[in-house]
Amino acid sequence: MSPEHGPAIVAEGLGKVYQLSHRTDRHDTFRDALTAAAMAPWRRFRQLSGEDASMEDFWAVRDVSFSVPQGEVIGIVGRNGAGKSTLLKILSRIVEPTEGSARLRGRVASLLEVGTGFHPELSGRENIYMNGSILGMRKREIDTKFNEIVAFAEVEKFLDTPVKRYSSGMYVRLAFAVAAHLEPEILIVDEVLAVGDAEFQKRCLGKMKQISERGGRTVLFVSHNMAAINTLCSRAILLSGGRVAADGSTRSVVETYLSSSRQKGGDSTALHDAPGRRAGSFPHFTSMELLGRDGKAASAFSPGSEISIRIGLHVPNGLRAPKIGIGANNTRGERIFAVATYLSPTPISRIGETSSVLVNFKLPALYPGQYMFDASLSTEEGPFLDQVDEAATFEVLQDGYLGSSHPYFAEMGVVLVPSDWSVNSVAA
Amino acid sequence: MNEKFDEHVTVIRPRRGWIAINWRELWESRELLYFLMLRDIKVRYKQTVLGVAWAVLQPVLSMLVFTVIFGQLAKMPSEGFPYAIFVYTGLLPWTFFSTAVSTSSGSLVNQQALLTKIYLPRLFVPSSAIGSGLVDFAVSFVFFGCLMAYYGVMPGWGLLAVPALVALTIVASLGVGLILAAVTVTYRDFRYVTGFLIQVWMYLSPVIYPVSIVPAKWQWLLALNPMVGIIDGFRAALLGRPWNLTALGISAISSLALLAYGLFYFRRTERRFADVA
Repeated sequence: MSPEHGPAIVAEGLGKVYQLSHRTDRHDTFRDALTAAAMAPWRRFRQLSGEDASMEDFWAVRDVSFSVPQGEVIGIVGRNGAGKSTLLKILSRIVEPTEGSARLRGRVASLLEVGTGFHPELSGRENIYMNGSILGMRKREIDTKFNEIVAFAEVEKFLDTPVKRYSSGMYVRLAFAVAAHLEPEILIVDEVLAVGDAEFQKRCLGKMKQISERGGRTVLFVSHNMAAINTLCSRAILLSGGRVAADGSTRSVVETYLSSSRQKGGDSTALHDAPGRRAGSFPHFTSMELLGRDGKAASAFSPGSEISIRIGLHVPNGLRAPKIGIGANNTRGERIFAVATYLSPTPISRIGETSSVLVNFKLPALYPGQYMFDASLSTEEGPFLDQVDEAATFEVLQDGYLGSSHPYFAEMGVVLVPSDWSVNSVAA
Repeated sequence: MNEKFDEHVTVIRPRRGWIAINWRELWESRELLYFLMLRDIKVRYKQTVLGVAWAVLQPVLSMLVFTVIFGQLAKMPSEGFPYAIFVYTGLLPWTFFSTAVSTSSGSLVNQQALLTKIYLPRLFVPSSAIGSGLVDFAVSFVFFGCLMAYYGVMPGWGLLAVPALVALTIVASLGVGLILAAVTVTYRDFRYVTGFLIQVWMYLSPVIYPVSIVPAKWQWLLALNPMVGIIDGFRAALLGRPWNLTALGISAISSLALLAYGLFYFRRTERRFADVA
């Protein structure tokens, strides 16, 4: 790698704009509604063609500049919607930037999804060739690595079985095995380690480390798993609101990210017309706000920290003995815990027409990641008055709660339990 | 390994207007086209009872229906050949064309992950869909041999022109397929339009009727439809009918024009695929 080759990746002022529709269709008269209906195809045509003036520009990524020397493993961190995936898609040539440019030296392979191009009807063997070829491998290359791939995925016995009969674990293993045997000069990896079992994830991390160390390959790696970022990357870039908020050593960037997430105030979510409101509900919930220990609005919490939720309610004529419940779900839709007035020693006897309800509790030491709160309101007798799914989202941060540098994977369990080990050996 | 780094420099920047086709990239990843085709062919008749027999069944059933309705009942002229043979020679290229067009026009929408999760030469996705149509064509062509033997019709030297005609059919269907595939990504309505379009298109093509029933002075206009020259060419090649070179020429030019426009349009709209898919 002689220096005259320069950096592997140079990005200069990359930006990507998406158009969002902000139209609210309101028809005050029957005539308006008719005209609107007649004009609808035309309007939709303009919208789909990207020419509608009522669309609002949204910059998913803006002014992103950085340079990555050959052989560096760089982590991209940031909250959901910070533009990480869009940046990876631009660098993978999947979407075209609106402005700016990037220069990549060397063969690029990107892994934004595990098993792209897998066909359920095809056998494991056929899919290895299919997927490898989609990822940019030559047939000859796949031929020579075939046995290695099969061994890595541990699917020898099922090579000629259609992958639709595979267990999801086998499927993911096979898909990752193909990708892990790519030998590009630049590898772009999105959160693919979020799938698969813990043992396999460990092997993948090892494989990725090996890829970067052995071949002097440049790796761009996005993850929410700070432990994985810490283990793999020497440098990290923090994206926030589509812009580069920090760029430097992994340790300092991760620190910045964690502290900024803690401070960052979550807005109170207005729930008047929440998309997650279940059918048959009346909009009684008007807002939900998450507060940190200091009483300030927050959207990210350390495992095991104090949390308060302030709920705005509007119930005409008020309600006696309201039953208010809040349930937390993870991104897989599994219910993790629930708090409710009727599960507490301090239930509420009555709420007025417009009221603000506050609940305090200690968050369990949850596996770091994204969680959602559902909210429900019912009368003492039982029937639900209002149910809103995903009324608010929050993030549990990875902040070394367990005091170990080893990554903690979802499959290890949803609750983090600090432990203390000791040994008492008898000499053999 | 260092020379490899020089070989591959990717520059990413916004582009406007007409985007040239990256032939080098297409050539370098030609194996991908092969694997995509192979996959389409393998998957096409997986978990079906009759398997590849469907490739024959489809044109044969159409042939039977058309023979009864148009041959027996409507007494459609068939240039002196048994109507079954006459209509089958039309159905051969037509079935290929319609299968190729409908699969390739849906190919991008049906495989969105190939647009949004990975970069690959996207031209290959609709192009590969032509491959399975080609296999069907080959199978139904074999059946045609049996049909000829049954009616005792001997093919002449014209048979040698078949590969060229098949190539022309590929050109035409690829052109139409590329345009429809690109349009369907943005406007999903075209899923429904495509089916209807193909249905109408068949009646504008001389599948069930000979070109000769159209007044001679209008034949050139009809021949703007690529399938007119192609189907007429197939009849000339397989049944020894005189070649209508004017019609064939016009159809060849319009096929090439369709392909050129298809490539142009596809490349122009390609950069938005991942945004709208």
